[in-house]
Amino acid sequence: MSAAKKSTSVLHIDWTKCDGRGLCAELVPDLLGRDQWGYPIALKGSPSARSDIPLPSQRMDAATDAVRLCPVLALKIVRAS
Amino acid sequence: MSEALWAFGRVSGAMSLLFFTASVVLGIITRSGRPLPGLPRFSISLIHRNIAILASVFLVLHVVTLILDPFAHLRIIDTFVPFLGSFKPFWQGLGTVAFDLILAIVITSLFRRWLGARLFTAVHWFTYAMWPIAVVHSIGNGTNGTNKWFLLFVVICGVSVVSASIWRVSGRFLEVAEARAGRAR
Amino acid sequence: MTATGSGTVPNPTSAPEGPVRLFAAGADAGYSAHRETYGHLEIVKGGPGLRAELERSGLEGRGGAGFSTARKIDAARQSVSDRMFPASAVVIANGAEGEPRSIKDSTLLRHSPHLVIDGLLATAALVGASRMYLYSSPESLGALRSALAERRDTRRITLVQAKETFISGEASAVVNAIENGIALPTDRTVRLTTSGLRARPTLVHNVETLAHVALIARFGGDWFRSEGVGGDAGTRLVTVSGAGQRERVLEVPGDARISDILEAAGVSTSVVSAVLVGGYHGTWIPADDLSVVLSKAALAPYGGRPGAGVLFLLARDECGLQVTASITRYLAEESAGQCGPCLYGLDALATLMERIASGRGDHGLRREAERLGLSLIGRGSCHHPDGTAGLVQSALSAFASDVEAHLTGRCRRTARV
Repeated sequence: MSAAKKSTSVLHIDWTKCDGRGLCAELVPDLLGRDQWGYPIALKGSPSARSDIPLPSQRMDAATDAVRLCPVLALKIVRAS
Repeated sequence: MSEALWAFGRVSGAMSLLFFTASVVLGIITRSGRPLPGLPRFSISLIHRNIAILASVFLVLHVVTLILDPFAHLRIIDTFVPFLGSFKPFWQGLGTVAFDLILAIVITSLFRRWLGARLFTAVHWFTYAMWPIAVVHSIGNGTNGTNKWFLLFVVICGVSVVSASIWRVSGRFLEVAEARAGRAR
Repeated sequence: MTATGSGTVPNPTSAPEGPVRLFAAGADAGYSAHRETYGHLEIVKGGPGLRAELERSGLEGRGGAGFSTARKIDAARQSVSDRMFPASAVVIANGAEGEPRSIKDSTLLRHSPHLVIDGLLATAALVGASRMYLYSSPESLGALRSALAERRDTRRITLVQAKETFISGEASAVVNAIENGIALPTDRTVRLTTSGLRARPTLVHNVETLAHVALIARFGGDWFRSEGVGGDAGTRLVTVSGAGQRERVLEVPGDARISDILEAAGVSTSVVSAVLVGGYHGTWIPADDLSVVLSKAALAPYGGRPGAGVLFLLARDECGLQVTASITRYLAEESAGQCGPCLYGLDALATLMERIASGRGDHGLRREAERLGLSLIGRGSCHHPDGTAGLVQSALSAFASDVEAHLTGRCRRTARV
């Protein structure tokens, strides 16, 4: 992986809070889908990165909206150091 | 001048009730997790929030104009502590109770990221007490509270909130109710 | 961090020879038998000696994840030194052993509690920890209480009773149980070694891992490596059970073949049709492949790992799909219910496995089970959904011909459970 393409932030899902309301999947539809119970599922990347979804920089704003609008505060953006 | 304050005080009260009614109904739709035709879930959530803010603005105008209006005999303490008023203290007190509840709901909503989802949700439940108290206050305290046109307006608001609430407690309320049936969380 | 001397003082007692290391002091060993066998361990604070010996030993965690012990300790030390406001570390010995088919930790705590305590003290000294906890299942509490009372260097060790649930031993659940009395995993964005118990750098080590640390502190990393091979150095404890066998704990070299372990346990491989390796989150190894070594490297092609050292036997007349279905149901019931994909997904996965095992259904069921299993991986605050999906995936491939037979309405096993 080239260093330039490597994203520095992830969208973290707190599964203990997530209730699968589906707002996030509408706001970042390229990153998140929903399973049969309504819970978000990462559409790309390895299964091990499904709780910390790599954020391309151009999706930062949409992801920030998802964090703000999540009804149960289950999302946060974690900036990787 | 005071005539205008008096009129505006009453109109803003009615407007506040109208917008709070709309916000309650939209809030219930938000909780169901269902989108509306042409309106994604996040839009409903945003409209719910923005209409609630609009309703709160009208509520503040309602209270401020009536404090400024000498005929209303409303003191600042009456906006926070119920049942102390000199004019219809009981009906006015109900308005104060509703105002206090809204204050708590708005503050916990604005600061929910810091207060946590649990406190936010707990306080938000008080909406179901706030709305009927506000309605009773509008009928009992309002100059036109028992006029036919106002009662018709209240009935329309009431039918909206009551039917939304019945839907809220029904088994199929949640978008995911069927898929998640059988396992309690 | 400044080095103030060697981690341990050289020991006059000779090191145990052969693969019996952890139980060398005999059954129910008290403090005097322990010291007679292994010698006294002088704990010196913060020294580089033990750290280097651990690195040399290649010791990996024995709780299931198999992470390098030296790396984990480094991470905690790094976190202690990186902090703007100093906070001393915490070390927790994890003896919860939620695995239903594992009794190696409780056996170790009963017979060799002082090795675990030595390892806990040595690790705490290495990271400068001020508090230590011994987290253990109720059955081991008595032995630990008397062991702690036997010696004077244990005053900063607190004994905490673990809940008897499958996930009570998950590292964040251990910290949550000690801090809040709630034995459930928590959402984490930083490692426990960075911020764990009361936001302190926290090391959670399996009790067997700490017992090995106690021996490495005495006899060194090279001695540890004299058994086992490569990344699977030293010895490990395994629990053999199933197929009508009495549960047995054995200490085996890191390069032991599964078939040799079964032989040592007195099990004839001819009665076994498959072995579940690692635990309920583990991997089925068919009878034909039992000559594989119980090591990380050798099990990797099967998608397995030694895990908590569980070897659960499937008898010739048992149906692997039925057994897997009932284990999957058990794991679904053991979901804490905190995370949606685990709560609903494992239930659905168990139902699919039950339908496949019962012989009703079609080939779509198998594809659906594979799809659902894959969809659950990585979607929980702990690895319970991942491990359960892994078990199902392994059963579908190890018992592929059974799946075929079941979907056409026949179970090939004579007796069904």
